Amino acid sequence: MFNIPTNSLYMMAFIMTLLMIGSVIQYALQRFNPTKDFTELKQRTHSWWVMILIFLGVLVSGKTASLCFFAFLSFLALKEFFSIVPTRHADRRVLFWAYMSIPLQYYAIASHWYGMFIVFIPVFVFLFLPMRSIFTGEIKGFIQSSGIIHWGIMLTVFCISHIAYFFELPEKNTSAGNIGLVLFLVFMTQFNDICQYVFGKMLGRHKIIPKVSPNKTWEGFLGGFFTAMIASLFLAPLLTPLSSGQGVLAGAIIAFSGFIGDVVISAVKRDLQIKDSSQLIPGHGGVLDRVDSLMYTAPLFFHFVYYLCY
Amino acid sequence: MNRLLKIIFFGLIVKPLVLIGLGLNTYHRNKLPMTGPAILAPNHNSHLDTLVLISLYPLSRIHQIRPVAAADYFLSNRILAWFSLNVLGIIPLERNNNTGVKEDLFKECHAALKRNEILIIFPEGSRGSPEKLGTLKKGIYHLLKDEPTIPLFPIVMHGLGKALPRGEALLVPFNCDVAIGDPLYSQGHEINYFMQKIIASFESLLEICLTRQA
Repeated sequence: MFNIPTNSLYMMAFIMTLLMIGSVIQYALQRFNPTKDFTELKQRTHSWWVMILIFLGVLVSGKTASLCFFAFLSFLALKEFFSIVPTRHADRRVLFWAYMSIPLQYYAIASHWYGMFIVFIPVFVFLFLPMRSIFTGEIKGFIQSSGIIHWGIMLTVFCISHIAYFFELPEKNTSAGNIGLVLFLVFMTQFNDICQYVFGKMLGRHKIIPKVSPNKTWEGFLGGFFTAMIASLFLAPLLTPLSSGQGVLAGAIIAFSGFIGDVVISAVKRDLQIKDSSQLIPGHGGVLDRVDSLMYTAPLFFHFVYYLCY
Repeated sequence: MNRLLKIIFFGLIVKPLVLIGLGLNTYHRNKLPMTGPAILAPNHNSHLDTLVLISLYPLSRIHQIRPVAAADYFLSNRILAWFSLNVLGIIPLERNNNTGVKEDLFKECHAALKRNEILIIFPEGSRGSPEKLGTLKKGIYHLLKDEPTIPLFPIVMHGLGKALPRGEALLVPFNCDVAIGDPLYSQGHEINYFMQKIIASFESLLEICLTRQA
């Protein structure tokens, strides 16, 4: 069916099983605490179903569909970013060109052009946008604007597009395929998020950076960190070309950088005094809120694997 | 026929555009009146304002949502006039009528309200400078003075003035906020108090907009 390598197929079945267990727990909680309001939990679970079904559906539909999906994800995240940060009226044309970087970046990926994929945004877009900006003639706020716009593109287009490049790598682990790498990265990132949240709720005492994110505790972070390392000890050899030992290190990288991505976007929202970046995903907030950790884990995990195996 | 044109235009062009090209954050959507007579009174920054508001309604309802628009602008040339009257279904308003008879000015509006339609009236009158609230025109009070029981819903939209501001043809994608306020009634209020209440409602609605700093 759809030519999915066996290990990746098992992983998808495993994710669906976890989702069903989660739904049963949510249903049970509601059943036994009928007086408590579970609207948000219910929305969250429902949104998880929608997101996971879309994500897995796209993965089984092949490479082209997957590239289009991640390009669209970059677009939604970039749009959300530009909608909440302060930009000048004069920047409209610059922002238009910023959006244009998305098809070009994903075109470089689709045409298997590694060099362009790596330098297009950090070099060409980086140099081009301030040039477009000075031709608007608006100097007031130029420095700030250039910084904000490029940072947004780096996070939402450059970083996220690393997930898409996994589809272009030669298949090293034939029983998982390149889908295995994507499944591993996305699953581990979200799994670490959830573990940090759960451990934080259960044991959390010592806050790490209370000014940025009051809910982040050392207990939560370390709980997620070690659970992620143990999980990737088993999952990495199955889904990726990494050995168990390398897998543990990959788990550590994902847990640490996922945490940083999460608090970086928290800092953005705190600076702007908003709670969510949009209302697109009921119970979760916006796309940025959901892919915050992925923006940090994707490039770091990608280059870790790329260095060791390709 | 016109109803069909409006459904095709909104179903195939406006709704997909609003969903993908823009993206909306709506607040208190449940307050939006589904049946008329009622008046929606949004702030005005962009031509997209009307389209976005109408797109909040299901296709089966959109023919009852009637934007009240300046005749001197929207009927200024034949193509725009045809589109405004037949596709958007505007109620033209003669802003510069010199007869001084207010009843004449709002005759069409009163008739539409009698047919239980929902009017969109921009109290600022024109789009003005992007994302800034201009002074409110008092005409809306004169319309409602004769209809004391018809609700007016203040609505704040933010971000559309960035996506497509006045004088620009290039649409740049931005998420936009639409916040719907509690209904106001003209009954028992004198004009300045009523206008103040609309402004106060606008100000408090703007507070909840996510894109307010962009």
